[in-house]
Amino acid sequence: MSGAPLPRACAAMLRRDLLLAWRRRGDLAMPVLYAVIVVVLFPFALGPDLALLQRIAGGVVLVTVLLAMLLALDAMFASDIEDGSLEQLVLAPQPLALMLGMKILAHWLATALPLIVIAPLLAGMLHLPAAAMPALLLALLLATPLLSLLGAVLVALTAGTRRSGMLLALMLLPLCVPVVIFAAGAVAAAQEGLPWFAPVAWLGAALILCVVLAPLACAAALRIALDS
Amino acid sequence: MSALQHFLAMGGYAAYVWPAYAVFFVVLIADSAAPQLRRRRILRELHGRLARQAARARRAPPSSATPTP
Amino acid sequence: MSSWIPLWLHKLGSPPTFYRFAGAVRPWAMGLALLAGAIGLYGGLVLAPADYQQGDAYRIIFIHVPSAWMSMFVYAVMGVSGFMALVWRMKLAEVVAMESAPIGAAFTFITLVTGSLWGKPMWGTWWTWDARLTSELVLLFLYLGVIGLYHAFEDRRQGARAASFLAIIGVINVPIVHYSVVWWNTLHQGSTVNVFGHSKMAGDMLWPLLVMTLATKAYYVASLCRRARTDLLALEGGKDWVRRIAEAEVPR
Repeated sequence: MSGAPLPRACAAMLRRDLLLAWRRRGDLAMPVLYAVIVVVLFPFALGPDLALLQRIAGGVVLVTVLLAMLLALDAMFASDIEDGSLEQLVLAPQPLALMLGMKILAHWLATALPLIVIAPLLAGMLHLPAAAMPALLLALLLATPLLSLLGAVLVALTAGTRRSGMLLALMLLPLCVPVVIFAAGAVAAAQEGLPWFAPVAWLGAALILCVVLAPLACAAALRIALDS
Repeated sequence: MSALQHFLAMGGYAAYVWPAYAVFFVVLIADSAAPQLRRRRILRELHGRLARQAARARRAPPSSATPTP
Repeated sequence: MSSWIPLWLHKLGSPPTFYRFAGAVRPWAMGLALLAGAIGLYGGLVLAPADYQQGDAYRIIFIHVPSAWMSMFVYAVMGVSGFMALVWRMKLAEVVAMESAPIGAAFTFITLVTGSLWGKPMWGTWWTWDARLTSELVLLFLYLGVIGLYHAFEDRRQGARAASFLAIIGVINVPIVHYSVVWWNTLHQGSTVNVFGHSKMAGDMLWPLLVMTLATKAYYVASLCRRARTDLLALEGGKDWVRRIAEAEVPR
């Protein structure tokens, strides 16, 4: 087979990964449970003072979602490396970057989407004012795919090494800083009643850039890591 | 106060200035020493490996021995 | 390879040649570093007058600023040689990139610690989240990430290529981080003090600073020479030229 038509191949890749994720739906619940636990612990740690919780709500939800995604990031390529299907993908006639893009999309759908769905609940537990909620949701909608894309490049780099989660977190932190700054900045501005379009626009621009470049970088990283 | 005491006191900021300089020197000396230690370890291991190879070559009949890379 | 590379540079790419070259360069570089360091520190600690605002505490600048410049300079060298390692698979480029990382991390660490010790008496706080300090901290994480990733691979050459890739990503990231923290500081009006806003420096204070800059650069070259030589011994362990060196040197 010299290669199925591209759209069909993409759809097939997406379906495969989503199906695999669905078969392990217990694993899908982990990041969500983790996020709930962390957010619930904050009031116990800081006291129920409404004003304090309101101030930290946006930031806490954002960081918690980021950490939950970090935990799930490792699994993006792990099972495919183990059974050799990732190497098959590298050898396949379809452009690797596009196929990896589909894998990243599937991972984001399985991991981040549930987190975004419960984000209003988490923010509500910390008394985030309703006015800031749209900003939070939009910020998460833009920030989480950025994390998936950037994280995928790093996970690809460590493919097949004796990885530790610590190393991945260490590598991811510098890349996360701008994302967290702008996402949290948008929520904070919305909370103050200030215009919050600018940071969201930056996130959007970064996302567009990463959607184009990250799969390419991911493919390059994978080739480096798997080539021995 | 003698000139030396005046110098060491650093206008009252000695507790900040001298530890800063200490960190500078300690870190760079450690950076200098690390490759030296590593080099010794590498040469030690290499010597051991060469000795083992030589011993193996002596034990094995010389006609059948293929040169080891 | 392309013909624009001069022959001597080509020859330098061969491990035994580079080994000899680095061995010859190192004592001179170290000598220059020690000499310049002695002169610079004497000028900074003894000759330069106390600052009228900061008293004698400002003297930390003579190690803090050169270290900060080195942390960025080494990162640039690491990025460029990493690029050469990735694109042309030059063994020497891999060695230079990977062995520069610990030196750069050392300078970054020194920058952060000396900056903290300078900040406490001057601005009353050990740490502040302004753009420069935060970017320097992120730079440290980048160095540690490169070092960690390099050591996570069984195959050293593969590890060097992966770590070089990470270094190049980092080169793009550091200015982004710097800009975002600047923006973030304007958003949260709290700490808008530009802590290192020294304007013009008196000549008395400037020349020791420049001499120390030269000293740290020379030190970097010396340290890199020694590290690269050691790394080449490890990488080329099976080769004849290494064996001859091992036989010549009695291990202690």
